[in-house]
Amino acid sequence: MDMRPIVSTLFRHKTTTALIVLQIALCCAIVCNVLFLIGQRLERMQRPSGVDESRIVTVQIAGGAPGSDAAAIGRSDEAALREVPGVSAAAATTLVPFGNGAWNNGLSLSADQPQPNLSASTYMGGEQLFDALGLKLVAGRRFLPEEFVDWDPSGQSASKQDAQPAAIPAAILTRAVAQRLFPDGEAVGKTVYALDKTPLRVVGVVERLARSRDNNDPAAYDYAMLLPAKLAYTGIAKYVLKVDDPSQRQRAIDAAAAALLRIDPSRVVIEENSKTLQQLREDYYQQDRAMSLLLGAVCAGLLVVTALGIVGLASFWVQQRTRQIGVRRALGATRRQILRYFQTENFLLTSAGIGLGMLLAYALNLGLMSAYELPRLPLAYLPFGALCLWSLGQAAVLWPARRAASVPPALATRAA
Amino acid sequence: MFAYSLRMAVHSLKRNRALTALMVLALALGIGACMTTLTVFRILSGDPLPGRSQNLYYVQLDAGSLDGYAPGREPQTMLTRYDAQALLREARADRQALMTAGRVSIQPERSGLHSFLSNARYASADFFPMFDAPLRYGRAWSAGEDAQRARVAVISAQLNDKLFGGADSVGRGLILDGHSFRIVGVLAPWRPVPKFYDLSGDQFGEPEQVLLPFSTSRDLSLALNGNSVCWGDTGGDPEGRAALNAPCVYLQYWAQLDTPERAQAYQRYLDDYSAQQHAAGRFPRPGNVRLRDVNEWLQFNQVVPSDVRLQAWLALGFLLACLVNTVGLLLAKFLRRGGEIGLRRALGASRRQIFLHCLAEVGVIGLAGGALGLLLTLLGLWLVRQQPERYAQLAELDVGMLAATFALALIASLLAGVLPAWRAMQVAPAIQLKTQ
Repeated sequence: MDMRPIVSTLFRHKTTTALIVLQIALCCAIVCNVLFLIGQRLERMQRPSGVDESRIVTVQIAGGAPGSDAAAIGRSDEAALREVPGVSAAAATTLVPFGNGAWNNGLSLSADQPQPNLSASTYMGGEQLFDALGLKLVAGRRFLPEEFVDWDPSGQSASKQDAQPAAIPAAILTRAVAQRLFPDGEAVGKTVYALDKTPLRVVGVVERLARSRDNNDPAAYDYAMLLPAKLAYTGIAKYVLKVDDPSQRQRAIDAAAAALLRIDPSRVVIEENSKTLQQLREDYYQQDRAMSLLLGAVCAGLLVVTALGIVGLASFWVQQRTRQIGVRRALGATRRQILRYFQTENFLLTSAGIGLGMLLAYALNLGLMSAYELPRLPLAYLPFGALCLWSLGQAAVLWPARRAASVPPALATRAA
Repeated sequence: MFAYSLRMAVHSLKRNRALTALMVLALALGIGACMTTLTVFRILSGDPLPGRSQNLYYVQLDAGSLDGYAPGREPQTMLTRYDAQALLREARADRQALMTAGRVSIQPERSGLHSFLSNARYASADFFPMFDAPLRYGRAWSAGEDAQRARVAVISAQLNDKLFGGADSVGRGLILDGHSFRIVGVLAPWRPVPKFYDLSGDQFGEPEQVLLPFSTSRDLSLALNGNSVCWGDTGGDPEGRAALNAPCVYLQYWAQLDTPERAQAYQRYLDDYSAQQHAAGRFPRPGNVRLRDVNEWLQFNQVVPSDVRLQAWLALGFLLACLVNTVGLLLAKFLRRGGEIGLRRALGASRRQIFLHCLAEVGVIGLAGGALGLLLTLLGLWLVRQQPERYAQLAELDVGMLAATFALALIASLLAGVLPAWRAMQVAPAIQLKTQ
């Protein structure tokens, strides 16, 4: 089909043509970037945590006087939780993935370096923590019973006559930390330094364990370490429990809370932090979900408005050219040819819009990169956006084009 | 003349309902999106203490160790207890207060209620007059009570409703973590947005339910609940990270300085203090002092979430796209009426009149779009309020934003209308008559 007449017609309507091209370009630029933003959020929400999410529940309690032997209370709490029916492992922990609170410590390769190599989330707990979290070991071994030390998580010693707590001897790292610290070699058997330069022998590497809260650094999402420490009860504590049957999770939470209150009735269960890990994950990503929905709505709104604009302008053009169409029909143009004419015209307009839109999309992305520390827009979004707009344009022009095609040839013979 | 223009406009709009509806809808969608996000943005970026915020300053010193120190960095965001108490004792500002977040269990006197945990704020006496915290009953505690570590507390209106059914509870008792306190004051409902005095926690959360003297909190070793950063061993002291000499920062410190000269003098005083501490070996790092007023402090902490800023930009982009759409449609509409306009021109209408007629028509579309946009804004804000974030509950439309919605609708539509009206005005009378 010869495009020259279409192009020359468009050039006679410079303003309207320019406007529709501009509109498509704006739509293309915004839609490409918004889809990219949605993609980023979805990717973020799908990151694995490394723990057995479908079977883990967490209970947080507070209150109750720690008394003279905080370590003993901690031990009896854990023992009571292990008695809860359907629970295969239970442990007090400093952190829960997706939970409230964060505790990060610098990890160094030598004791005297001024800046740590990286900062990792510090998960501490007793013998059953590894099983309760359902971690997956990929190198080395788990902690030995003699490696666990008594630890007061508040940093305040419960009783002054206590000797200084024994230093923690060992650590298990995530694969991400191991690879970052020892890029060309085995981490197991090496020594790292954390917690006031305490030397820690790396005894094992787990596949992954997410930070409890990420600090907007995707690369550091998997930076965590596990330390062998039996936690004393200092007036507030988090417990993780692994439940055999996922359908019994809520029952396990209730039973665990009851067991903890039986030990000391003046305690309080903190409801908003006593949930299944799946609920915690949902809460954690709630904002990302809401933002994705909002971005999706903007995208849809923009596409609808653009489509309606195309419909409006195209039907205006059809009406304006009714007589001209009639003449062409009278001269032997088929309906299909008329339809093609408007479809081709729309294709040209959309293509011009997409061309301009790509440049705008790129510029917009540069702005977003500097303002929101976003990565560069992957090129794959551009053809996808183009395809989107081409189909949108064709769909929008169909109705006016069919009306044009139905203009009877006889119209040309009527008096003007 | 204006009434005539308006009648013509409405008549013309009625003739092409589909196109009119399209333009109104596009405009309304753009305005709805824009006003929703701008309302949220405005609420979050507002001044929590208008009229006083420029006289309240947040104090930062740098007490950290040389581990991990790099020159030119921002000092620590909070103060050590030692420094905060030293500054409070010397009292060189017009008013000053130290404070930190805490957590207490409350054991209600009324039977039937279980004991529950509550957020608390441990502060010094000037907290109330400095921040204009409104009291419904009673009074704030005094500096004297601070010094005596008195077991007094001020409670929030909410807690007063819960415990005492809203009655005047001044003088009543309160058991906090097993210690008995006397209520000296009850706050009226108070919600500074953002919660500027302590941005280290939930920046849009409500003020704490219980406020009590910091000195008392240390006397009773009540639990801390805020951020703290330590750079040394805290195990040796039974008070841990809250100890007077703990190598930890966990206190917010505010100074009220009523004139810029006072602020300058205070800055010099802090510089001197910092230099003295450095000379004495307490501050290993060289002097690094910051004194920011409320709004500078909010800005430094980037209190407006980046998502909200992104949404605002996105909505502006969306409005722009909607406007371009409207311009295109208006142009099509006016040019389609070329014949009619030519006729009117031939009958003696001036270009100016044609222009004004067209703008009147655009204005009607703008108002309709504004009205529909307002409904969409209300819907949008309702949707925002369903979101989980704390700030979301605050998203309400006020009179100012209502007026702004209509102003935006009108300005946007008139801007969109100028080009099409200009083009319509150019229609030459003779040519149009000839081709008819």
